[in-house]
Amino acid sequence: VLHTTRPLHTTQQSLAPVPPLPEKGGEVRHGLIPEEFFQFLYPKTGVTGPYMLGTGLLLYLLSKEIYVVNHETAAAACILTIIVYAIKKFGPQVAAFADKLNEEKVASAQAMKDEAMQTLQTAIEEEKKEQWRAEGHAYLFDAKRNNIAMLLETNYRERLLMVYNEVKKRLDYQVAKQNLKRQKEQDHMIQWVEKNVIQSITPQQQKESIAKCILDLKALSKSAHAAV
Amino acid sequence: GPLWERPLLEVRLGELHAWISTCSFSPQGLLGAMQRAWSSYCAKYIHVKQGGPAGISMLLAGYCLLSYGWNYQHLSKASWGVSS
Repeated sequence: VLHTTRPLHTTQQSLAPVPPLPEKGGEVRHGLIPEEFFQFLYPKTGVTGPYMLGTGLLLYLLSKEIYVVNHETAAAACILTIIVYAIKKFGPQVAAFADKLNEEKVASAQAMKDEAMQTLQTAIEEEKKEQWRAEGHAYLFDAKRNNIAMLLETNYRERLLMVYNEVKKRLDYQVAKQNLKRQKEQDHMIQWVEKNVIQSITPQQQKESIAKCILDLKALSKSAHAAV
Repeated sequence: GPLWERPLLEVRLGELHAWISTCSFSPQGLLGAMQRAWSSYCAKYIHVKQGGPAGISMLLAGYCLLSYGWNYQHLSKASWGVSS
């Protein structure tokens, strides 16, 4: 659990950014003796003080044979001459080369830093865009809610229709059943009546009715003859 | 600042005795003093943007002097014609 209410990096102490290197090193005269020595002796002896001190010291060392002059002295003198000559001649070139190396290092680091800043900047832009997009979600959800409401409504109406149809079918069935029953009863009764009537017609009555019919027919034919 | 926190260059001659009495001569103290001296030398003459030959040449000169001092007994007995 990260307590986000606790502030981070509030103190001054931090390892970055590292303070830059100083431009030039400590001053050194003749490549060997730091400038502080000359400054140390300046108030008491002036400008020539340290040189007098150096000369006196050198003579003392030589005369007392504390510094022994032998073949190594000659070798050291030659080597020193060559070294001084080389430094004086090739110093600036080497310095320029080293400066170029440094420049390249710094440039690459700077490029990385710039690139990182750029990516972070674009990330911030993207983030803002996403936040703006998130606001549009409200509209999307409203539309979806409307869709769902319509679906529910449609479903409800379909079911109402289905209920209505089912009930009507059942009622129609009952009505048809009653009609059929009445129809059958009617037919049955008519048949029964006809059957009884036909049974009740005795052969005697049949003969009489047939004779009557023949008489009627004759009469009709006569009238028809007369009409024609 | 107080006496024991000042570097040696800023200590006056009169206070030298008191200063020496405040510094620790235990191995840790000596090691720490050497560490500090070396790091201050490096910071002043070597870890700069534009150092010259001074940084290394002073070290080489010091080495020359030290080796001369160590070999002085041998050198002072040198006989000409025999390489020392």
